[in-house]
Amino acid sequence: MSNIPAELQYTASHEWIKNEDGLVVIGLTDFAQSSLGDIVFIDLPQEGDAVTMGDSFADVESVKAVSGVFSPVSGTVAAVNSALIDNPALLNENPYDAWLIKVSDVTNTGELLDAAAYEAVCKSEEA
Amino acid sequence: MELKTPLYDVHVEEGGKIVPFAGYLLPVQYASGVIKEHMAVRQAAGLFDVSHMGEVLFTGPTALDTLNHLLTNDFTNMPAGKVRYSVMCNDRGGVIDDLVVYKFSDEEYLVVVNAANRHKDYAHMAANLLPGTKAEDISDSVAQLALQGPAAPAILAKLVPAEKLPQKYYTAVRDVDIAGMKCLVSRTGYTGELGYEIYTAPENAVNLWKTLREAGKDDGLIPCGLGARDTLRLEAAMPLYGHEMDETITPFEAGLDFGVKMGKPDFIGKAALEASGRPSRVRVGLEITGRGIAREHQPVFIGDEQIGMTTSGTHCPAVGKALAMALVDVSHSEPGTQVDVDVRGRRVGAVIVPLPFYHR
Repeated sequence: MSNIPAELQYTASHEWIKNEDGLVVIGLTDFAQSSLGDIVFIDLPQEGDAVTMGDSFADVESVKAVSGVFSPVSGTVAAVNSALIDNPALLNENPYDAWLIKVSDVTNTGELLDAAAYEAVCKSEEA
Repeated sequence: MELKTPLYDVHVEEGGKIVPFAGYLLPVQYASGVIKEHMAVRQAAGLFDVSHMGEVLFTGPTALDTLNHLLTNDFTNMPAGKVRYSVMCNDRGGVIDDLVVYKFSDEEYLVVVNAANRHKDYAHMAANLLPGTKAEDISDSVAQLALQGPAAPAILAKLVPAEKLPQKYYTAVRDVDIAGMKCLVSRTGYTGELGYEIYTAPENAVNLWKTLREAGKDDGLIPCGLGARDTLRLEAAMPLYGHEMDETITPFEAGLDFGVKMGKPDFIGKAALEASGRPSRVRVGLEITGRGIAREHQPVFIGDEQIGMTTSGTHCPAVGKALAMALVDVSHSEPGTQVDVDVRGRRVGAVIVPLPFYHR
């Protein structure tokens, strides 16, 4: 069973979200990294880029698959975790430390799930 | 509905992540992941369930003539115990399938085909038999394991006296006794590495898997899934049906000239291949130099001119690079040629390189 920290919020498309110093931090869940397998490439936006709720802002690629990462909020990219560009395997090793982007000036937020609701999503996809 | 190989429960027990493939439920990877599985085969050994592959037995006094008629390679002077790669073409020179042929005797040959093509292959074979040949689809009574990697000979030698094993690449020995199980042991594989493909009765499959796993436990042997099978074959530039070849691609375009003997009196597809002359597109290797990973069926450009399409592509762990194969115009196929691949709408730089990417 995948690791789903209770203090985070989630999307049904397997992103995790937390609020930190007025920014929205977005990452990929343990379930997502485990489904993808060994992650070997990530394409991230740049600081200052706009992200739009529901749109893909990054490509994450494993040996066998490509997955978009979808933004649960609209806003402006305030920070990018550039360590992932050189070492995308960090996403496999510790998905909840390996945040992708931090978003400021959030204008719109989509539907977020708590840990229990997200666990139900994972269970339904595993079945 | 997907079928299970005799090893399905073992894969689940071993932590395999099961996916449907070619009509079968098979593990795409185990807990260690594709990269570790790939590297185990390059550096130690890996064990694969390839029981989904199809097997057709050809027997009878004209079996040789039938194979020479159906297939592009020449089996005339093939000794018993040899294994030979071939293509099977349609009458337009397109590839129906690629396969390997085992010769047991002058009147008995085993042909191993891709799982996804098994039924169409058998239908084509059965429709083109010469009088005096019988072809029988025995796929459901054959299980196959692949033991691949530099440690494979030492692992198998723990179970069978080394002199009873096939010594040369593309040779095979029948009726080898492995822990009381009768097996066909073939020095072949789909990884670019030293190793064996081992055929046995389905009821032996679980015991054979466990016996090999036990024999290899101190040699770094791990179970490997379809994911590593694909990255390994790609890195070794081995073609995969449905990617580097299909019924609209000729074996010459796919770079399989070595398996096509135009000097033979006749075979299905020969006239079309003769008429088409030298191919206008050829299979090349691409090393991705930009940021990204090319996958199959992505357009390849020089400037604004599309020169071809990728046929397979991924990140290859042992070479440590994103690599792809592509069919491109022969006039732009020289190694060193700089190209771009359209990766989901984004141009990523690449350079044409010689194949294979990896050679042991």
